[in-house]
Amino acid sequence: MSQEPLVTLQNVGKSFGPVTVIKDVTVSVYAGQVQVLLGENGAGKSTLIKMMAGVYQPDAGHIVVDGKTVVLPTTRAAEELGIATIHQELNLVSTMSIAENVMLGRTPTKHGMVDRSALRNRARAALALIGLDVDVDTLVGELGIAQQQLVEIAKALSINARILILDEPTAALTRHETESLFAVMADLRRRGVGMLFISHHLDEIAEVGDTVTVLRDGEFIAEVPASTPEADLVKLMVGRSIEDQFPRVAGHSGEAAEILRVEKLTSAGKFDDISFTVKAGEVLSIAGLVGAGRTELIRAIAGVDNYSSGSVAVRGQVLPHGSIPAAIAAGIGHVPEDRKGEGLVLDASVNDNLGYATLASTARMGLVDFTGQRRRASEVAKKLRIRMHTIDQPIRALSGGNQQKAVFGRWIIAASTVLLLDEPTRGVDVGAKVEIYELMNAITAAGGAILMVSSELPEILGMSDRILVMRDGRIAGELTAAEATQDAVMTLAARDVDEQND
Amino acid sequence: MSTTILPAKRRSFNYKKFLANNGALVGLVVLCIALFIATPDFLTAQNLLNIGIQVSTVAVLAFGMTFVIVAGGIDLSVGAVAALSAMSSGWLFASGGLPGWLALLGGLAVGLLAGTINGLANAYGKLPSFIATLAMLSVARGLTLVISDGRPIKTAAEVSFLGGNIGPVPMPIVILVLAALVASFLLNRTVIGRSMYAVGGNAEAARLSGLPVKRILVTVFALAGLFAALAGLLLAGRLDSAQPQAAAGYELDAIAAVVIGGASLSGGLGKISGTFVGALVLVVIRNGLNLLNVTSFWQQVVIGLVIALAVGVDVLRRKTRNS
Repeated sequence: MSQEPLVTLQNVGKSFGPVTVIKDVTVSVYAGQVQVLLGENGAGKSTLIKMMAGVYQPDAGHIVVDGKTVVLPTTRAAEELGIATIHQELNLVSTMSIAENVMLGRTPTKHGMVDRSALRNRARAALALIGLDVDVDTLVGELGIAQQQLVEIAKALSINARILILDEPTAALTRHETESLFAVMADLRRRGVGMLFISHHLDEIAEVGDTVTVLRDGEFIAEVPASTPEADLVKLMVGRSIEDQFPRVAGHSGEAAEILRVEKLTSAGKFDDISFTVKAGEVLSIAGLVGAGRTELIRAIAGVDNYSSGSVAVRGQVLPHGSIPAAIAAGIGHVPEDRKGEGLVLDASVNDNLGYATLASTARMGLVDFTGQRRRASEVAKKLRIRMHTIDQPIRALSGGNQQKAVFGRWIIAASTVLLLDEPTRGVDVGAKVEIYELMNAITAAGGAILMVSSELPEILGMSDRILVMRDGRIAGELTAAEATQDAVMTLAARDVDEQND
Repeated sequence: MSTTILPAKRRSFNYKKFLANNGALVGLVVLCIALFIATPDFLTAQNLLNIGIQVSTVAVLAFGMTFVIVAGGIDLSVGAVAALSAMSSGWLFASGGLPGWLALLGGLAVGLLAGTINGLANAYGKLPSFIATLAMLSVARGLTLVISDGRPIKTAAEVSFLGGNIGPVPMPIVILVLAALVASFLLNRTVIGRSMYAVGGNAEAARLSGLPVKRILVTVFALAGLFAALAGLLLAGRLDSAQPQAAAGYELDAIAAVVIGGASLSGGLGKISGTFVGALVLVVIRNGLNLLNVTSFWQQVVIGLVIALAVGVDVLRRKTRNS
């Protein structure tokens, strides 16, 4: 590392009003290296990258690009120095073509009109930089998230970006898509592009990173090589060692009563002939690739979507097709995949959000039971350790982990005994993850049953009693907790995974 | 009843927060003081009663609109539905030979029906509320003209009573107060009212929590239709007749009142008290400009600017609060 860094944030600090978000942090990005930024939600990662991208101005310290101290008053100024950010929420116009998106803001013209052929040629050249082979006339809205991300990277490179800030690019990607992104990153690294990479997936760090900067509560904690063991990284990040990332305490299965029975459930084009049961005190997980039909299956069981044939029964009572209220009445609680889009009313208070499932059932003559609701919500918020100022605060202001706990809390208030969890810890930081796992233990210890879908294999392996693997809408196999390994699950989930990784 | 948990926080009154959350009310007070200084005619009993009568129609329409906007929709048909309801009531009385009170109820039923159709088209027919109610606007106004053949119809005595007085108090003001209480009760205390906020805030999250989103939407539009019918009958009562062009364009006043009152057009936010203040702002401005002899042409310009200002301030306020 004797070379000079492309960009350095030197002893920077940032406060918003009385709150100090970043205190005396130094981080550098070198040509041809991937610098990883690691920290829990709220550790200051996004503030830091916004300073590098010209969105925020540091209150203390300074920014050095190519050895010269610079001021980045706007994102445009940062881009001119070759610093581009790939945000989690992509900045593409979905109704325009790839070519138009790549050249947005610098559309080539001829006699005042759009020069279509130049537009296409330049866009093709940009895509070639990362080896993306798609028709540049395709509408961006027709692409999957992974390809949209690559289009955005191509766009950044085509404006001569030398420093790429990648803000959780893998959060919405499947394992396979992540692999292709990493291949592109490896290629960029060979060509001397410096990258700042943020991810919640600890296992990705060693795979793609060179050096890791760990932040905690806005402060610089350590800079360590990316090969550092995960447990040590967690310890640095959280400030204490988490004894057990997956504290599964197996419930009393075996002779326990069967609670959920799904029989020959079929929904044309989504999943086919699915049968299984979940017993009291059991966590059954469904593993599989994105698109294998897992979310669709969970939604059908929860009554959200209809299905063509088969049946769902809770404690022997068969549920009607596609009725959410009937599922809830039978004891089913559904924690959906997209917390913000489907789980919460973001502008409503924590209190309201906790009470939606029980709004009608606790009412008297159509009148809301405000006192009781408030009492129940306060109790659950306390029990689940939901961190908030007041229970009347809009839930938007809470962190991802606390928002997710509120979705769980809604079903605890409703006394649900069958919880359907779809990616329960997505976008949740390490500390809150463990709290959610402990909550799952508490639910099964009390005789509840849990059906969980997750794309995080360690979570599936660590928290389940039994694992079903789905492939192309069918059950490809079942594994017990004892016999399940990452390889065993992946072999069932995708036969061709090894060839694709080569 | 919900203040038991955090009594300590509630006791200290936060003026800054109150002002920030009640911008429309502050604006209204400033407006009234300015008019009081500008003209001696403003603060007279007669003028205040006038304002009360004028605000009654707009506010009752706007209460119905509040349900719709809180639930994330929009209702462009309320003015036309008001006219159709009043006209139907007049027709049932004059041509149908129904007793006056039955004709009055018939008018309300027509409004409820029109609103229900809006709701069914929106919730089950998947038409965006803007389109469904735009269609209803045209249909209702057209039917009003068909029924009346373009001429006013005399309404029943029971309807005229709505435009009259109880002692010194004009009946429209009494109806206004009752409507406000009922609307506020529905929105704040009942399951269906609280559900409207959830549906407007995030319909999918509401559905996944087991709330009957479609039924809620139908109810919301049905209520808007019912309140529109009441407003139409109030208007007819004042004139002793149902006019074919009555309440034309009132939907825009109603929307403006709701928005000035702090509701968000993207749904999930809004209060009856805010809507009432919003309606008062509109009416007081018109009244004041009349007293100051400003022509109705310029009044429209001023009202437009006030709407832009009120919403602009609100957007700014939310922005600063969120960051």
